[in-house]
Parts: sequence; structure tokens; C-alpha cells
Amino acid sequence: MSLLKSKTNSSILKILTHIFIIVLGVAMIYPIIWMVSSSFKPNNMIFSDTGLIPKSVTLTNYVSGWKGYAGVTFGRFFENSLVMCLVAIAANLASCSMAAYAFGRLKFSGKKFWFGIMMITLMLPAQVTLVPRYILFNMFGWVGTYLPIIIPKFLATDAFFVFLLVQFIRGLPKDLDEAAIIDGCGETGIYFRIILPLAIPALITTALFTFLWTWDDFFNQLLYLTKPETYTVSRALRTFVGDSGSVSNWGGALAMATLSMIPCFVLFFSLQKYFVQGIATSGIKG
Amino acid sequence: MGRNNISSFFKRNTVAYLFLLPWLIGFLVFTLYPMLYSLYLGFTDYDFTKPGSTAFIGFGNYIKMFGSAFGIQDFKAITGEAMRVDPYYLKSVSVTFFYVFVSVPLKLVFALFVALLMSQKLRFIPFYRAVYYIPTLLGGSVAIAVLWRKLFEKNGLINDILGYMGFTDLPGWITNPKYALSTLVLLTVWQFGSSMIIFLAALKQIPPDYYEATSIDGANKVKQFFAITLPFISPIILFNLIMQMISAFQTFTQAYIIGGGKGGVMNSTLFYSLYLYIQGWTYHEMGYASAMAWVLLLIIGIFTVVIFKTSGKWVSYGSGE
Repeated sequence: MSLLKSKTNSSILKILTHIFIIVLGVAMIYPIIWMVSSSFKPNNMIFSDTGLIPKSVTLTNYVSGWKGYAGVTFGRFFENSLVMCLVAIAANLASCSMAAYAFGRLKFSGKKFWFGIMMITLMLPAQVTLVPRYILFNMFGWVGTYLPIIIPKFLATDAFFVFLLVQFIRGLPKDLDEAAIIDGCGETGIYFRIILPLAIPALITTALFTFLWTWDDFFNQLLYLTKPETYTVSRALRTFVGDSGSVSNWGGALAMATLSMIPCFVLFFSLQKYFVQGIATSGIKG
Repeated sequence: MGRNNISSFFKRNTVAYLFLLPWLIGFLVFTLYPMLYSLYLGFTDYDFTKPGSTAFIGFGNYIKMFGSAFGIQDFKAITGEAMRVDPYYLKSVSVTFFYVFVSVPLKLVFALFVALLMSQKLRFIPFYRAVYYIPTLLGGSVAIAVLWRKLFEKNGLINDILGYMGFTDLPGWITNPKYALSTLVLLTVWQFGSSMIIFLAALKQIPPDYYEATSIDGANKVKQFFAITLPFISPIILFNLIMQMISAFQTFTQAYIIGGGKGGVMNSTLFYSLYLYIQGWTYHEMGYASAMAWVLLLIIGIFTVVIFKTSGKWVSYGSGE
């Protein structure tokens, strides 16, 4: 009797938990749903029509927002962002995996020291290198181009990914290395033929987070992208907000904001397990 | 050591350092050198537009920052250059401290709460987890900062919802200096997803027999939480606390967008990083900005050390680790 009772009790509790999670979850993402829905409302109704389902649907916000800034359309901004992100991904994959292979697998003198340094840079606030980096890039004539954003990534300055990949490579079985050495592979051969293929999940995580963080990064793009033709999506969205903080074309702003989120959204839902893995391994094992 | 060993020692090191080379160059050129250079610049009046007239002004920039706390207004740098104490610097420190002290604990408590919900054996958990992560996925973007402005306006969505609930006389949250900072706290607490996932992974590692042993004793859920769950995940709480604190101190994008590139109404959202940017790139006071950056580094360093030192009292490392 009491067993049966506790069974129904626990299933009622389960349903209540489901309801609670769903209600809280809807509240969590309500602002985003509202934004997507509002981007289809006529500009004058964004203020008056607060419901989720627009009373009248229009694409004028997308048309007016797409016009962009200073004669450059959002088509160009998306292209710029995409190219920048793809190069950033290639740069991070190559440089961070090389460093991680050295730290995670190879034996060399000074390894502990450099690894310690790498861990410290992980916690270093970016502000402390900001001014000299700007002076340096200006001296090179790079301000106004993508080079200040891209070149550091070719030099593994995103320590987070080095750390993530080190954690992963350390967990890979070593007997394959030995087999490869018997087959005549050197360190370089092991890196290309064994470590890289086995580290693909962690490399995907690296690529994903590089994309997201580069796509969403604003500070560097504000600092270094000075000409409208070079603006990225994130930098261009800022042009909707006036200097006093006011926004004149709310419809266009919300429409382009909605579009700007689609790539992140698609990647997240199609490659979800790599996100969770990435966050959990780099966090837990630290 | 034989000749062969020595040559293999050199070969091994050469190969390893070749793999390390990009990182090493990156560290030297883009981290170590800029750090030392900004330390030096912090003692100068370096102006980006006229680098030729740079002068060494000793602790001038530091007096400029903290002078108002000691009642100093005008002073002379060691060069004899007349300088004035910065009336806004301490405001930016207090804005940032408030933000860090309020938002980080709130975010961690909320993340842990949601992680506990998600750690139950229920269907659809992966889907729920994904939905709860969405704010974190998108929250740091300019898009969301623009949206936030809209939501918390006087005639924005938040006031509409509060209006339906019967509240009247609602303020414009972002334009009111009393509330503007709180909307930014809310914005970052909303992005609890990464901490949640890290907590969730930790919760899954608690061996079930830990709980079984106590449920025989009749320990209830709340007791269990404090006696078993919290101590077990305390190292993870420490990790999340430090990482979130470091990033909270550096908040920029949201404050920049919501304040329209400035510190908001009555500088109520004049975040440290934002003010550093304004000093360096709006006023070209890059020597001063460098000094500010080093103070930020010290603040973050001190907090990190203090948290680590005091963590022995509340963090328990199980015998297995």
C-alpha cells in the first residue's frame, strides 16, 4: 500500500518538476522570443503591441535594417564576420593544438615553467595588454584591418583553448604512440597521424567556441575596425544605438539582431554535445 | 650521459620547442612585452596623438586615481606638470565592485539551483538544458545588449508585464540612475549557463552510495544537500567563483551599448573597463589608461589570492582527489 502511494507521489512530483522547469525556461527565453516576434511587427507597433504573436506581420524591418550603415549593407557585414571567424578558427586550431601537443605529450626542459605561465595568462585581464597592443598594431599599420584580431590567434594567445586541448590530449591512450614509434613515426608524425585525429571532438569544441566568441566579440572590433566597409555584424549592430544611447530604428535593430543570432543558434543546436563536453571538461578537470 | 643521449635530449627539446614556438612568440610579443610596456606607460603621461611629448610623471597617474579619497584636487607631478585628480575614477570602482559583489553570488546560486533541477532523472533533460543555455549562448552579444535597452525602457516589455500584474508608476529602468546598474546585474545573472553546466557535471560525479548511506539514517533532502552535495562540489564552486569574478571585473560590451558608449545616466553604469576605454581612446590618455589597467590587475589578483587563501575553510577536497 505505502509503496504504491509513494509511487504516485513521486510521479506527481515528477510532473510538477517538469511544469516548473518549463515555466521557468519559458520565462528565461521569453525576451529572445519577444525579440524575434517583434522584428516582424511594424515599427510603430513594437511599442504598442506587446504580445508574442504580431497583429500584423511585415518584413519592412528586415528591409530597412539590411540597408546597414554608411551605404554598406548587412550582406557585407555578414560576409566580413564569416570570413573573420573562419580564419580565426583555422588559426586557433593550428596554433593551440601545436602548443597543446607539446604541453600534453612531449617531454622537454622547462615544460612545468611554461605550462605555469600559460595557466597564469588564462586568468590575466585583457586590459593590461590593451594599450601597448594598440600602439604596436598601429605601428605595424594594422589598425583598420582584421590583422590585430586574427594574427594573435595564429600565435595561440587564446590560452583557454590550449588548456582545453591539453586536458583532452592528456586523456588519450599512450600505447598508440608507442606503436607509431615502432612504425618509424617521429613526434611530428604522431601529432598528425595520431593526436589530431583522436582529438577531433576537442578540436570541434575549439572551433565552435572560437566561432561564437569571435562572432560575438565587440571590444576588439570596436577598437580596430574603423571603416564601415570592414565592419562586422557585431560592430555594425552598434550603429543602431546613437551616442546618447537612443535608438531611432528599433524595428531594423531588432531585425538585424535576430539575424545576427541565427549562426550561433544553428551551430549550438546541431553540435550541442560538444558544447557541454567543452565546458565540462575544461571546468571540471581544472 | 652518453653522446647518443645528449643528442637525443637536444633533438627532443628542439622538436618540442618547435611545436611550442607559435605560443611562445605569442606570449612574448602579445602578452609579456605589452604587460611590461603598459607598466612603464602607467608612469608616463603618454598621449596617443602626441607620443613625442611623453614625460615620466612618477606616481602622477596613481595620485590622479586615488587622490580624491585623500582630499587632493590639484597637484604637481614630479615633472612640475600641473595635474588634476580624476573625479570619476572612484565612481567607476564602486560601480564595478557593486556589480561584481552582487552579480557573481546571485549567478552562482541560480546556476546551482538550476543544475540541481537538471540533475534529476527526468525525460527531456538534454532539451531543457539546451534551452536554459540559450541566454548564455547569445547574452554577451551586442544584439542582446540592444534588446535589453528596449526591454527595460519606460514603455518596454518589462514595464508592460509589471503593468499587467497591477504595478503602477513604473520607472524607465535604464534611464533611472537608481536602477540602471541593476538591469545589468540581471543581464549577467541571466547568463548562468556555463556555471550551470559545470555544476551539473560535478553533481553527476557524486557517487550514489553517498546518498544511500544517509537516506537510511533518514536525512531529508535539505540536510543531504548541505551535508553531502555542497561539500562534494565545493571545489567546483571555488572554480566557478574565481572564473566568474575575473570576467565580471572586465565587463564591457553590455555597459557600452546600454550607456551608448558612455557611463549611462549620472555615470551609474560607468564600469571600470568602459572607463578605461573612454580614458584611453576618447581622451587619448593612454598612460593613465595603462595605470588603470595595472590597478585592475592588482585588484583581480588580490581577490583571487584572498579567495584561495580563505577557501581552505569551506572547500573540502575528498580523499579520492
